[in-house]
Amino acid sequence: MTEPAALSNAYQNWYRFSRNPTAVIGLVIVVLCIAAAILAPYITPYPDHVGAVVDFRNRHQPPSLDHWFGTDNVGRDNFTRVIFGLRVSLMLAFVVLIIAVPFGTLMGLLAGYFGGWTEIVIMRLTDIALALPPLIMALAVAAVLEPSLMNAMLAIASLWWTWHTRLIYSIVRQIRSLEYIEAAETLGASRAHILFREILPNCMSAIAVKTSLDAGFVILIGASLSFLGLGIQPPTPDLGTMVSDGASFLPDYWWESMLPGVAILFVALGFNLLGDGLRDLFDVEDVR
Amino acid sequence: MWSVLVLFGLSVVIFIIARVVPGDPARMALGPRASAEQVADLQASLGLDRPMVEQYALFITGLAQGNLGRSLLTEQSVNDDIRETFPATLELVLTTILIAFVIGVPLGVAAARFKDTWPDTLVRAFAIVAAVMPTFFIALLLQVLAGYVLQILPTTGRLPTGTDFQANITGLLVIDGLLKARFDVVFEALRHLLLPALALSLATMGQIARITRASMIDVSRQDYIEAARAFGVPTRVRLFKYQLRPAFVPPLTIMGLEFASLIGGAFVVELIFSWPGMAAYGIRAITQKDLNAIMGVVMISGVFFVLVNLVIDVLVGIVDPRIRIRGSRA
Repeated sequence: MTEPAALSNAYQNWYRFSRNPTAVIGLVIVVLCIAAAILAPYITPYPDHVGAVVDFRNRHQPPSLDHWFGTDNVGRDNFTRVIFGLRVSLMLAFVVLIIAVPFGTLMGLLAGYFGGWTEIVIMRLTDIALALPPLIMALAVAAVLEPSLMNAMLAIASLWWTWHTRLIYSIVRQIRSLEYIEAAETLGASRAHILFREILPNCMSAIAVKTSLDAGFVILIGASLSFLGLGIQPPTPDLGTMVSDGASFLPDYWWESMLPGVAILFVALGFNLLGDGLRDLFDVEDVR
Repeated sequence: MWSVLVLFGLSVVIFIIARVVPGDPARMALGPRASAEQVADLQASLGLDRPMVEQYALFITGLAQGNLGRSLLTEQSVNDDIRETFPATLELVLTTILIAFVIGVPLGVAAARFKDTWPDTLVRAFAIVAAVMPTFFIALLLQVLAGYVLQILPTTGRLPTGTDFQANITGLLVIDGLLKARFDVVFEALRHLLLPALALSLATMGQIARITRASMIDVSRQDYIEAARAFGVPTRVRLFKYQLRPAFVPPLTIMGLEFASLIGGAFVVELIFSWPGMAAYGIRAITQKDLNAIMGVVMISGVFFVLVNLVIDVLVGIVDPRIRIRGSRA
């Protein structure tokens, strides 16, 4: 009996989702970008241009049918490099969020449910993390360790979890006093059961919205870091580095820095629209 | 109290990053070819040979006295370095906040007034796109459009090279120019500020417009607004006199939270517009592993954040006295 009900519920959700134009556009962009990044070697016209290829006869070519995004200062196809650059951006977002979201959620659950010293310690930590500009923090950590994009992103992750903690904390505070939690406690449910089976499911929609919005912002910060010179080792393409390299040829060869910039904008926009759409769908107003 | 705690925590975090994680700052400063004695000497003069707790005590007493230590590279105290570079960053950031509010709030009010019609759609689209535009991309775009193509605004620095002017009162060119009645300097400083500040403000402007819109709509559902409408209070008076004031609190609070990312963005913008601020100094310190300077820059950014949030708390109390009263009772 539960099977059809669950199905129709999922269908209802999908129906509501598909009536929301921004959400659908966002989903399409995100799926498109992820598919392009995974299939990059098969769909790009010049997959070997990812490496240290030099073709001086074709340098600084404007966009054309052969080279949709033009060519760069050593004659490599920019479209190919932008698609491969998406891989780096998406990987970064994935790495940061796979660390920050579960950890931040756990901390939020603990702080919200147990209160007392647990709450004080965790929530004061998030206050401190808020005061640190993530970009500068990442630069500083990367400088002190080894200047690599991965180190910088780990630094970002070490600050980012606090946003999720604050979000989950505020939700748990509201849920904790509800009667069904009291009922579970009276029935002798374990703390783990209450945290993960009773409370966590009620946070999932907020987490989904926040994670989608975050993916866009993490991609932006990653791009800023590589723009500032903390990119992936060349010749592997990286969108922020491409914008920065192309900037010295502005405004004559505008496509070399502007089009990778548009690509960053595009993928970040996708995640943002998707997050906005999910927010309307799940009706979780206060998630930013 | 809260802010003291944050600053204390900040100092611990920064100390840990700088001293515990990397191994040996003296070795890093001197490079791999320095002899063991040279390293030991520098370690001793920096106090690195003492126990960690004692080192932290030294660091925190230095901080409390407002002493950030010596920069290993410029060979002068980090305080002096920051005193030289900070005013430029401050001027940029303050102008940015001003622009973000002056444009963002009216956009939000307009969107709420014309909810679900085309001005609303336009403002909401702008807010989303502005939020996901990489700061460096906007900065480059503005620089190319206004600077190179149209050639109407300068694209680098704070003043034309060779301008004879000492900003030695506040360090802010616009204010010092006014105080010294050098209106040519004020004009030039504003021209130079416009592009970088606009580039930096767009994302925040979008956020402010979005939040203002949401809170204006919230407030418009309150009974006293309904009453004002029923009494036939003119729309403009109702919007700006009765509705905007309580609706102004959320954008103010958002500004405080956004501030950390604003400072990060300032780093990028300063680099692109060759702005002689803390960013150029900070990035040089970072690439050269100048630990005291790095700690100084991160610490000052944190202090700046806390101060701005204190000011915002006060402003919120002025805008909405109900919050002030509730706060003092608790």
